[in-house]
Amino acid sequence: MASDLVRVATAGSVDDGKSTLIGRLLHDSKSLFTDQLEAVERVSRHRGHDYTDLALLTDGLRAEREQGITIDVAYRFFATPRRKFIIADTPGHVQYTRNMVTGASTADIALVLLDARRGITEQSRRHAFLATLLGVPHIVACVNKMDLVDYAEDVFEAIRDEFGEFATRLRVRDLSFIPVSALHGDNVVTRSRKMPWYDGAPLLGHLERLHVASDRNLVDVRFPVQYVIRPQSYEVLDYRGYAGTVASGILKPGDPVRALPSGLESTIASIDTANGPVDEAFPPMAVAITLVDDIDVSRGDMLCRPHNMPSVVQDLDALVCWMDESASLDKGRRYALKHTTRWARAVVKDVSYRIDVNTLHRDQGAIGLSLNEIGRVQLRVTQPLFVDPYQQNRETGSFILVDEGTNKTVAAGIIAWAPAG
Amino acid sequence: MSARVLSQLAALEAESIYIFREVAAEMQRPCLLFSGGKDSIVMLHIASKAFAPARIPFPVMHVDTGLNFPEVLAYRDRWIARLGLRLVVASVQDAIDRGLVSEEPNGSRNRVQTPVLLEAVERNGFDALFGGGRRDEEKARAKERVFSFRDEFGQWDPKNQRPEIWGLYNTRVFPGEHIRVFPLSNWTELDVWTYIAHEKVEIPALYLAAEREVVEREGMLYATNEFIRLRPGETTQVRKVRYRTIGDANLTAAVESEADTLDKIVAEIAAARITERGATRGDDMVSETSMEDRKREGYF
Repeated sequence: MASDLVRVATAGSVDDGKSTLIGRLLHDSKSLFTDQLEAVERVSRHRGHDYTDLALLTDGLRAEREQGITIDVAYRFFATPRRKFIIADTPGHVQYTRNMVTGASTADIALVLLDARRGITEQSRRHAFLATLLGVPHIVACVNKMDLVDYAEDVFEAIRDEFGEFATRLRVRDLSFIPVSALHGDNVVTRSRKMPWYDGAPLLGHLERLHVASDRNLVDVRFPVQYVIRPQSYEVLDYRGYAGTVASGILKPGDPVRALPSGLESTIASIDTANGPVDEAFPPMAVAITLVDDIDVSRGDMLCRPHNMPSVVQDLDALVCWMDESASLDKGRRYALKHTTRWARAVVKDVSYRIDVNTLHRDQGAIGLSLNEIGRVQLRVTQPLFVDPYQQNRETGSFILVDEGTNKTVAAGIIAWAPAG
Repeated sequence: MSARVLSQLAALEAESIYIFREVAAEMQRPCLLFSGGKDSIVMLHIASKAFAPARIPFPVMHVDTGLNFPEVLAYRDRWIARLGLRLVVASVQDAIDRGLVSEEPNGSRNRVQTPVLLEAVERNGFDALFGGGRRDEEKARAKERVFSFRDEFGQWDPKNQRPEIWGLYNTRVFPGEHIRVFPLSNWTELDVWTYIAHEKVEIPALYLAAEREVVEREGMLYATNEFIRLRPGETTQVRKVRYRTIGDANLTAAVESEADTLDKIVAEIAAARITERGATRGDDMVSETSMEDRKREGYF
């Protein structure tokens, strides 16, 4: 039971071998079942393919099979004795940005695929940019199809140098490179004998060993209250537990806390779970906190430390990714906004600029955002939110916008800047 | 828990608890779909942990096909009573008697569950239904959201799903619409069994291997019961079998197994090379897209 849970986001189109790579990881780590494989082999034969098309494993819906495209984010699972992996697999062509942002929002690791023959492409740049923007701590660049360049070290090194330089500009926190051939399995699960010049681990070993625990913010205590547990029974008449998931920081019984927005202070009496009280809570534990004093706290409020507080703001300076195809984000428009466990309404005060995700150029003349566009936006909200900059805290630095006319989720937003708390 | 890292099971449980609480806080009339299968049992177990020491703040619904294993009904009633919950039964037999749906010629009541379910949702005004679906089960499920929006006809549109970013779930619906919520989306079959063994969750004995009288049909073993009648020329034999999934008693096959304890089941599943549906479900073998088609109509 010592294994942990790691989330990986990947993106790419059919021709760069992404599906083959994932299929290979699942197959070679024995996470693929024989009836699944047989179904794929049957369809491959039926279509006259020379080889088993592992992309069929991930393309599940009728429209996808009929049109040979991938519609949406698919989630795949595989486990080794060390780790369980959740892969958010996103297509490379349609709705690229929207799906990539979705997959990367919770990822610990982003897998970027590069074709050894083509080197750095617009798509790989875009992928690295979005992963960095969404705060994915580790980027693993797989230089694939090494078999088609005779497993040449200089090809790999040229790509590594060029991509490394680009990543430096993005301020990628941790970047590694692996030369692979997904088709032949070189450096995917086992080390390739065809590339003796590469002395690193194969992809799976690398994914197993990447240290992700230290990526979490264990310093700033943020506990968004999700639900108040008040049993209507005589056995536990006076129980009042503030249930929620720890966003960041470490909470312990006896710690002083301040509740926002009231500003009232108290002390943690106990941290409860259904298995009994615990000595401490850290992310992403789901617990119920009881306080020594009877202060008024409800859903949407936040517990933090008296001397380490988030910014309490009604003006948001944010980067927003627009995800709706039927309407655009425009100055003056109003939306419902969800941040941690709190809903508010927001109005767009200004659009500062739009970012070209391919060139990173900032278009200062932009007045709105349409589907898959990202821009810097100023929002005014109806009630105070308790925020931190996204790069410091993914939980308290993120929000979504919902169109109240359609109830659709239309945007993902990250707090770009906030005044010190 | 060294170095403040949650094990994968603890992390999965925490995610599921978060989902239960989010629905309870934001939806008006949630309800938990309970089939008696291992996934809904785990779901009920985690729901009880999410609100402890209070009771689960929503009712449980069973879509009763009338083809249940008796052990499953007994289990259901025992746990509903123990947790102090309200049970809503949507009866397929009753719907057949009323003429809402008609019996399919192959004897499967799988597909006719859908109108019965949707009618009960409408009658009770439920706006959120917890289901035990997992993304590792099937290709269509792998692309479904944790919060899966359904229109006023209960339909799922895979091309028009709400983006799900971070843990910021959009729970908003208009009257008549509802959301299916899958707290076990990221669990695999092995996770479910490892969790049951770890938490010592009570399960129906059908899941444990025992000597049972079975009949072989199309390569699958069906334990004889009131719903499995011997066809001409068929003979029964006694084998040590268990159920890897539990669905309708007339369609769920057993598998040969020596796993008569939870730990042995975990070991068996860890070594399994065939998916649970491939191994045991006559109803899922119809076509490559049968699950997608059923989901579009409003199935679980």
